[in-house]
Amino acid sequence: MTTTLYTSDHEWLAIIGDVATVGITDYAQSQLGDVVFVELPGDGRVLKKGEAAAVVESVKAASDVYAPVTGEVVETNPLVVEEPALVNADPMGKGWFFKIRIADKSELGGLMDEAAYKAHTA
Amino acid sequence: MLARDDRESLKRTPLYDLHVSLGGKMVPFAGYDMPVQYPAGVLKEHLHTRGAAGLFDVSHMGQIALRPKSGRIEDAARALERLVPQDIVSVAPGRQRYAQFTNADGGILDDLMVANFGDHLFLVVNAACKDADEAHLRAALSDDCIIDLLSDRALIALQGPGAESALAKLCAEAPSMKFMDAGPHRAAGLDCFVSRSGYTGEDGFEISVPAGDAERLAKTLLENPDVLPIGLGARDSLRLEAGLCLFGHDIDTTTTPVEAALEWSVQKSRRTGGTRAGGFPGADRILAHFDNGASRRRVGLRPDGRAPVREGALLFADSAGGEPIGKVTSGGFGPSLNAPVAMGYVPTGQSALGTRLFAEVRGQRLPLAVAAMPFVKNTYKR
Repeated sequence: MTTTLYTSDHEWLAIIGDVATVGITDYAQSQLGDVVFVELPGDGRVLKKGEAAAVVESVKAASDVYAPVTGEVVETNPLVVEEPALVNADPMGKGWFFKIRIADKSELGGLMDEAAYKAHTA
Repeated sequence: MLARDDRESLKRTPLYDLHVSLGGKMVPFAGYDMPVQYPAGVLKEHLHTRGAAGLFDVSHMGQIALRPKSGRIEDAARALERLVPQDIVSVAPGRQRYAQFTNADGGILDDLMVANFGDHLFLVVNAACKDADEAHLRAALSDDCIIDLLSDRALIALQGPGAESALAKLCAEAPSMKFMDAGPHRAAGLDCFVSRSGYTGEDGFEISVPAGDAERLAKTLLENPDVLPIGLGARDSLRLEAGLCLFGHDIDTTTTPVEAALEWSVQKSRRTGGTRAGGFPGADRILAHFDNGASRRRVGLRPDGRAPVREGALLFADSAGGEPIGKVTSGGFGPSLNAPVAMGYVPTGQSALGTRLFAEVRGQRLPLAVAAMPFVKNTYKR
């Protein structure tokens, strides 16, 4: 069973067991505009919650994607590096960034569910 | 996010309501509430301009008439030559020239266009500088000229390969104009000033129109399916690909025209040995740069990889260690090249085409090469 949670920095986490797939929300991609470059963390890198984990760049500007939780990067999405426009086309699907093994599930407590995130971006 | 009060203090151009109705994303720019993009987005707007035609609201820019008190246009031209290193006397009626206001140190106060309209000169200056430019002109030229900031006019740029046919429907003279021709023309029955110029590297026009008629003219142009509205985001990526300077970034009060690689814009008559050599602010330093060279130079930069190298990135000669040798002044992604492009200042000894350098981005040294500008071939109708 998948649980989807959101951060106030407009990232989503789809959690199955102790692994979270991380990407940016549809709201985030619409604010960024056309994504032309994505840089992902290396496999095996251990990220601290709040640390700059990935970079997403539009024609206009560069933005950091922060690690929503502490943990080890277990997989990254090569497709989004080859075709950054996937972030715009399918931000919650093919445009995912990386998978992280959650070190401390208590960190999930500070994240929003879909209803709370909708209110956050309203 | 701006506080409401800040937002309300922003000025609006005569096309503000049109931008909002077209879905423009409004942002503060040079004291104006301006569209950074429309729903199509920066990438599509950029490519559409190069492939068809784009309409830009540049009404925030300053339009200034310089009228000679003597009634002789040459007197206005000679007066303006006291403030710019360009030859203004030789700008023929119906023609326009790129110029810079310089300061006593030879730096650039603003860059501008100067057109000869027969009985007066017509200047277009940057939005952020227009009040200072007007004061500068009044302080220096009031004995010879009447200086008139034309705040009751809008300015619309129409750029791209489809611009000529789109404007021809409204302005019969448009197709016969050549690059940098400029003058009063009727367009859509309105009293316009039309120049064949722009800031994209494409063929195109800039049309000055009375403020009250601006929306009607813009809407008429937008009825043409070739013409899409284009925001400031694509305006910046288009000018960057065209290798054109952005004042306050690629040129400023600390860069001379020679350092900025704008030697082409200073005619021989104003250089050492010319008929009207010197006589502009900072002439000593600028002419010394012409005669002896400058120690740094603005160059084009092409990163090897896909990562954009943006304004402020430090440049290094080596992949590790050493002091920075220069800095990127504009950089981003070039949609037409489908690759990152940048420009910046480097020591003249490292400014040759093909020179390998490194830019520091997020703590990493990314390799790049000095490259020819424009990055995208311009298509001016000469």
